[in-house]
Order: sequence, then C-alpha cells, then structure tokens
Amino acid sequence: MSRPSPARSGLVFAGPTVRALQADDFANPGMLWVERGQKLWSEPVGPSRRSCGSCHADALRGAAASLPAVDAATGRLVNLESRIQACQAQRQGIEPAAHESDALLALSAYVAYQSRGMPVRVEVDGPARPYFERGRASYHRRIGQLNLACSHCHDANWGRRLGPETISQGHGVGYPAYRLEWQALGSLHRRFRSCLSGVRAEMLPQGHPDYLALELYLAWRASSLPVETPAVRR
Amino acid sequence: MVARVRVPAVVRPAEVFVVRIAIQHVMETGFRLTDTGRPIPRNVIHTLAVRYGGQEVFRAELGSGVAANPYLEFPVQAVASGPMVFEWVDDAGIRGSETVAITVAG
Repeated sequence: MSRPSPARSGLVFAGPTVRALQADDFANPGMLWVERGQKLWSEPVGPSRRSCGSCHADALRGAAASLPAVDAATGRLVNLESRIQACQAQRQGIEPAAHESDALLALSAYVAYQSRGMPVRVEVDGPARPYFERGRASYHRRIGQLNLACSHCHDANWGRRLGPETISQGHGVGYPAYRLEWQALGSLHRRFRSCLSGVRAEMLPQGHPDYLALELYLAWRASSLPVETPAVRR
Repeated sequence: MVARVRVPAVVRPAEVFVVRIAIQHVMETGFRLTDTGRPIPRNVIHTLAVRYGGQEVFRAELGSGVAANPYLEFPVQAVASGPMVFEWVDDAGIRGSETVAITVAG
C-alpha cells in the first residue's frame, strides 16, 4: 500500500493569491457558509424543536477529522454529510437537506471548521476494512474514455503539470472547499464528479457507496494532514 | 443572504479605518447558458451604499465583471460613535442590509 510521501495538502500546489485568500479568515469566501452553518446549528427545527446544538454541545469538535466511519447502529459507512442527513431525519424529524444544498454545505462546513488544524485520522480496520478495500480498488481502477485511474495522476504524477495546473496529491482535507472554478463552496463528492468528468467517465450521484468508500481511502492517504475547511482551491 | 462586516472594535476620533464587507451572492453574469441552452438571466448586486454619521460614506456600482460572493474594503474617517448601515440591492430586486456599531473613543 503506497501513498505519496511526504503528504502535501492541495494548498501547497496552489498559487500565492489562492493561499492568501485561504489564510485570511475574513476574505475567505468559504467563511460565509461557515457563518450560515453556525446559525443553522442553533436553530430549533422539526416537531421536537431540537437544534443540532441541543444534543452536541461542543459543535462536534474533532468529529470531521475521523470521518468517514462505520456507523455502529447500521453497520454502514457514513461521511459528514450523510451523518448530518441521518441526524436530521432520525433525531430532528425533518426532511434531510439534499446533497449540495446550501443548508447541507453550510452545516458540514461549520462542523468541519471545528476540526480545522486537527490531523485526519480514520479507522480502516475492523468493520471499516471492506469499505477501505472497496475505496482502494476504485482509486486504482482505470475508468472513462481516457482510461485513467486516480493513481495515474495523484500518485504517479503529482507535482507535474497538466496544462496550466500542477497536479496535486488529491487529498480532500479542505472540503467542503471554496473552488474559484465553481464560484461557490462544494463538497468532496462534487469534486470527485469533476475528476470523473475530466477523464470522461460516468459520474455517480453524490453520496453513492463507491464515493463514500473512496472518501475513506483518501482520508487514509491524507492521514496526519490537518483539516483545512473551508479551504480555497482553484 | 449572508453578509459579514468587519470594523475595528474601537477607533480614535478622526482616525481613518478600514471597513471590510463580504456578501454571499451568485453574481450571475447573464452571459451563461443552462445545460439545455437557455440563457440564465443576469442577477448581480448592482448597488451597495453605506451610511455613517448622517451621510453616505461609500457607494459602489457593481456589474457582471465582479466575481460571486463580492468582497469590498474601503477607508472611512471616524467622526462619532454610531451605527454604520450597509444596504444593497440585486437585479432580482432582493434587498439586503447589515448594521454595525462604530465606537469612537480616546
């Protein structure tokens, strides 16, 4: 099992203006979503009139650094977004926010922001093992009309140029991140879809089990890198 | 619409200080098409006005060349403690506003 060494965040491959934008907590446009998420966090909703803050006192500090993880109750792999959706449906009794909706992006950005600076550390053994192996297999599987696997760019050629871009190591530690290309905050699964579109492969819907497994494999690859949410990327 | 405003906590009389504002907005240029080829109508914040100390201290007219989630900063001279009121309107007619307290002391 190989992973890029030393591990370098996508921030290292970004230009100075992008780095400056991420470093300035006021100018960083991702902070607009974090601030919205903070409001949503303490807003009582549903028949029980419970807010996220009614149960989770510390805004889940550190939680984002250890996701995706296997949910003990269902035995299924959950990431931050699906964990929030499950809470909304089961604990708050409301319609869960859709993938890539402003509300889900805001909440996931706010929760991930609480883990900013903390090293990514996910469990890949025990019940998580089959998911991890599935993610590793997708990472190394050739796909699309260009017939490329993730590893061909992000393991074998990171640091080299692809047109005007420098290929990163493909770590998702800054997500949800503000991408200048999107002019908005977006989830890691949206970023997956961009890569798949790039190699002209079929894009899967957000929250797909293959994407969750891939997210776990990527989190393992990024072990020890700090969470950067809300990161800014080109 | 989320907006963030930052001003110094306390300013001295006649001090020139920097005001920063960021507004969450799509700033749709009007030049883009949907997947099916229909034009997406322009929707940008076209006017932002700031009042402080009984007068307008800053006004910006933005266009389609401004990126989404506009961020502006400008200098203002402190006159007296009081509210600074930001008001803006976009092409869809949606108005937003934000107020911060300016504290002049010393």
